[in-house]
Amino acid sequence: MALLEVENLKIYYFTREGAVKAVDDVSFSVDRDETLGLIGESGCGKTTAVFAIMRFVAPPGRIVGGKIIFDGNDIITMSNEEIRLLRGKGIAMVFQAAQNALNPVMTVGKQITEVILEHERITKEESWERAKRQLELVGIGSERVKNYPHEFSGGMKQRVMIAIATACNPRLLILDEPVTGLDVIVQRQLLTLINKLRKELRLPIIFITHDLSVIAETCGKVAVMYAGKIVEQASTVSLYENPVHPYSQALIRAYPSIKGEKRGLKSIPGAPPRLINPPIGCRFHPRCPYAVNICREEEPIFRKKNGHLVACHSIK
Amino acid sequence: MALKGFASFAIRKAIAAIITIFAIVCVNFLIFRMVPGDPIRMMFRDPRITAEQMQLVREKFGLDKPLWEQFNCYLTELFQGNLGISFWQKRPVLEVIADRIPQTLLLVVTALAIAVILGTILGAIAGWKTGTKIDSFILGISLTLYSVPTFCMGIIFLLIFAFQLAIFPLGGISTAASGLTGFGYWKDVLWHMFLPAISIVLWYGGEYVLLTRSSMQDASGQDYITTARAKGLKESAVLRNHALRNALLPVVTITGVNLAFAVAGIIEAETVFSWPGVGRLVYDAVMKRDYPLLQGTFLVFAVAVVLANLVVDLIYGYIDPRIKVGKSE
Repeated sequence: MALLEVENLKIYYFTREGAVKAVDDVSFSVDRDETLGLIGESGCGKTTAVFAIMRFVAPPGRIVGGKIIFDGNDIITMSNEEIRLLRGKGIAMVFQAAQNALNPVMTVGKQITEVILEHERITKEESWERAKRQLELVGIGSERVKNYPHEFSGGMKQRVMIAIATACNPRLLILDEPVTGLDVIVQRQLLTLINKLRKELRLPIIFITHDLSVIAETCGKVAVMYAGKIVEQASTVSLYENPVHPYSQALIRAYPSIKGEKRGLKSIPGAPPRLINPPIGCRFHPRCPYAVNICREEEPIFRKKNGHLVACHSIK
Repeated sequence: MALKGFASFAIRKAIAAIITIFAIVCVNFLIFRMVPGDPIRMMFRDPRITAEQMQLVREKFGLDKPLWEQFNCYLTELFQGNLGISFWQKRPVLEVIADRIPQTLLLVVTALAIAVILGTILGAIAGWKTGTKIDSFILGISLTLYSVPTFCMGIIFLLIFAFQLAIFPLGGISTAASGLTGFGYWKDVLWHMFLPAISIVLWYGGEYVLLTRSSMQDASGQDYITTARAKGLKESAVLRNHALRNALLPVVTITGVNLAFAVAGIIEAETVFSWPGVGRLVYDAVMKRDYPLLQGTFLVFAVAVVLANLVVDLIYGYIDPRIKVGKSE
């Protein structure tokens, strides 16, 4: 059994206008020693899906169906105390925009020791030693343990976040757009660090991004999300070389390639649908150049093609 | 190094405070010269006083001299701690004010301390549980209390608890000619203090609830709260160490400014309950057209506000690490 198995997960936001189907029937799994990339446009439900793994879905949002099995236990039916003990220890998370993710009036050392002291029975002195080691692990001098977040740059704050997330040796690490909003050089450094940690700590990772190149750097497996649904799952290399779903194809065409031949970039016409009233049939059909009648009527099921799992009617 | 930085920060703030106080002294001086009417005529409303006698008094107070010289004289005397003579009490102004300060400190410090503690706790709860029934309940009550003027609440309390039910005294700080001493005397003072203190607590408590609630709401929506939860911290630790710690920063500011009232007194409450403090003194000085006394109380009030702000600035440099304390490199 895989480390994490998400099955038919449905998360709806209940608004005055109706239920927003932010995540609709999503399934994926992460094995030990595996890195899964979750890619899609803003608002496609990727963050909502992983927030559910931490059980961070708050009203008006609600998990209305499905299972999230982590290490044999269903996260959705856990007690509040069980999920609390899992957070930080079993599953750790690094958020987008580290600028605001650290408490501005607490030293970074305190913010690291806090999570260690919550989950492990060690003395304060030992926890500060651990905090220093964590900082060195992410490439920050241990003498900065008493510094405050505002004394660090954006990239360094994100390093501190990674130090916090890996402090208790979690069994799964979730990175929610960890390099978004940072300049490319800092992005590169952070991705190198993440790859190093992944290898050294043998850490399974779920990596959320809307940046294809970031996925290529880090992930073995990719799931492409569109409008609350996963449309294609494949190994990263295979997805780049032979995308099957028209949306995956369009996504890759919309991105510049440095190594390959020079080609024009193509944007995807139209905009993602509103999830209160998603299109009937395949949710991508209004923007799909290959759409035929069945796409407007019936929801596609997953089929295998070239080792890809694809939800598209064009595959027979 | 850090201490040196803090010292230079403190010195800069102190110099700014001194300049502010000097400006206040100038304005304070000018305001009372611009008030219509002759202060000497105010002093003696007796038809038998002759013009010569009035002129003599005028010379004695230096009021015959040009404005510039008067100002010069005022400053010189001020530096020697002489705020003039009260028309009404015929005693040095400083002495009159100093007599009232202990009573005001007793009432205002006690009431404000209770208001701050109760207000922040209730406000924090309301802000943390925004949208719940307990939030609506706390918010409703504090909005109501905050919108009722202190004097109005005071009069209602007097009417009900002192007049109708007669369980509290109508005013003053102690029972006249009671002959009480020691513990009995202090019990009597506390009994007199109850109503004025409660009306201050309710009004200022409402203010603190509203303030803490909104800054708590702000803090609890921040990303670092999600981070704290992602660490698996207990909800109480998230609240205390992360949300409250940040939410209390604006509360400190308001508390500092309100502390100025500890010296200056709260005019409405002290007047309604005849509490012999500085606030009541201001009211009496206005009613008696006692210009030197009024000028003195204004100065004390202004200096108290400036000093309270100075203290807040200094504390802030300490509790909020983002405020760089005198880093010049």
